[in-house]
Amino acid sequence: MHAALYISKTGLSAQDKQLTTVANNLANASTIGFKRDRAVFEDLLYQIQRQPGAQTSEETQLPSGLQLGTGVRVVGTQKQFTAGSLQVTEQPLDLAIDGRGFFQVQQPDGTIGYTRAGQLHLSSDGELVDASGLLLSPNITVPDGVNAITVGIDGIVNAFVNGEPDPQNLGTIQTVDFINPAGLQAIGSNLFLETAASGDPVTGTPGENGLGQIKQGMLENSNVDIVQEMVNMITTQRAYEMNSKVVSTADQMLQFISQNL
Amino acid sequence: MDKALYVAMTGAKNMMLAQAAHANNLANVSTPGFRADFAQARSMGVYYGEGQPTRVYSMTENPATDFSQGPSMETGRELDIMVERDGFIAVQAPDGSEAYTRAGSLFVDSVGILRTGSNLPVLGNGGPIAIPAAEKIEIGLDGSITIIPLGQGADAPAIVDRIRLVNPPTGTMEKSTDGLIRPRDPENADIQADASVSLISGFLEGSNVNAVHEMTSILGLARQFEMQIKMMHKVQENSETSASLLQQS
Repeated sequence: MHAALYISKTGLSAQDKQLTTVANNLANASTIGFKRDRAVFEDLLYQIQRQPGAQTSEETQLPSGLQLGTGVRVVGTQKQFTAGSLQVTEQPLDLAIDGRGFFQVQQPDGTIGYTRAGQLHLSSDGELVDASGLLLSPNITVPDGVNAITVGIDGIVNAFVNGEPDPQNLGTIQTVDFINPAGLQAIGSNLFLETAASGDPVTGTPGENGLGQIKQGMLENSNVDIVQEMVNMITTQRAYEMNSKVVSTADQMLQFISQNL
Repeated sequence: MDKALYVAMTGAKNMMLAQAAHANNLANVSTPGFRADFAQARSMGVYYGEGQPTRVYSMTENPATDFSQGPSMETGRELDIMVERDGFIAVQAPDGSEAYTRAGSLFVDSVGILRTGSNLPVLGNGGPIAIPAAEKIEIGLDGSITIIPLGQGADAPAIVDRIRLVNPPTGTMEKSTDGLIRPRDPENADIQADASVSLISGFLEGSNVNAVHEMTSILGLARQFEMQIKMMHKVQENSETSASLLQQS
């Protein structure tokens, strides 16, 4: 059958994946701590139909051969760990990391998930949990009767109890860093998991050894750039249309041959 | 059987091959750093013995790859690089040899090796580039990589390596079956780094495929294909007519 049919099919499915990525980015344009994805395209292998330099007769050679590409594929998606803008919320339990680093939360199965979304809440037991109720790791428990909670730029959590002049130290929020954050596996709920590609987590104190400082009363917005995604959507749609036009042209050719011969 | 049938057949077959080449260009219309392939038809005469040289078959070939510059797309990512004007980024092919590419969406893997989006190590002055844990990575105009090591301030930048950039004459280069660019003649494999090649970071180079051109070529080829089929149809009519003439006599 016509090779162009299959080549254009790879173009259609790659543009399809690209649109899925764009749609997911746009859907998460206001998700706190979301990092946008980018589909990485690569041309598929080439098939040599005629070798350049092959002998056409004893004395003559083909000056150039025919090498046909077989289309395009999406190698993968790359998370873009550029910083999102910070919004001031004035909520004492809203934390943002200004720079590198991730908060750690304990998942129900005991493994650690990593997140940039610092919308913390208190559980019924007074423990700090993330928006989906997962415990912050290391655990921090806020006692009863606390008037105010402060989180320092280095992650030290202090509580002011009514009637006591000195703050009470509740513990330290530690953040972790990865050599290749783009290799982390996104599992939804703003969480990432460690993989072989991300490297091992390096735990540290916020604000030290390259880790970003913790900002209390702020949240990190999604780093999705709406204009960029809209432009991507337009180019994706047009590329999709052109590839489908090739499919219909190839189809018409095959139809023409079967009707006329 | 009339030889015209076979001549028309090669015409139709090679138009389908040319369409496959254009379809591949169009499928890669949004692949960063992709270089479009040309397709042209060559006339291949079959002459032997006495008589008129009437049989000339067509043959599709791709004589070269279009090495013109693609559009620049701003991404703002520090590890996205684009070669300004001519030149290539040297990468290590899976077989360990050196090959070249224009696609500059790089990342640092879990052991600190700088790789392209398709997972090939980027070559520096002496082989693949290892980047220590860094707070920030900057790629300069000339491909030099500056990092601010973890825990050090912005006043302690360290130069790690320099991306190997080359600028061989594009006429001596061709696209291999894996999509990477290599010298056409393996004896020219010793390509020296060129200091005049410059990079812009935060940008990616788009595909240099001209979508309108590819689209019109595909439609044009489809019509030419139909003409070949018409020719085959005419040959069929001719042979039917001559068969019926013979029946009447």
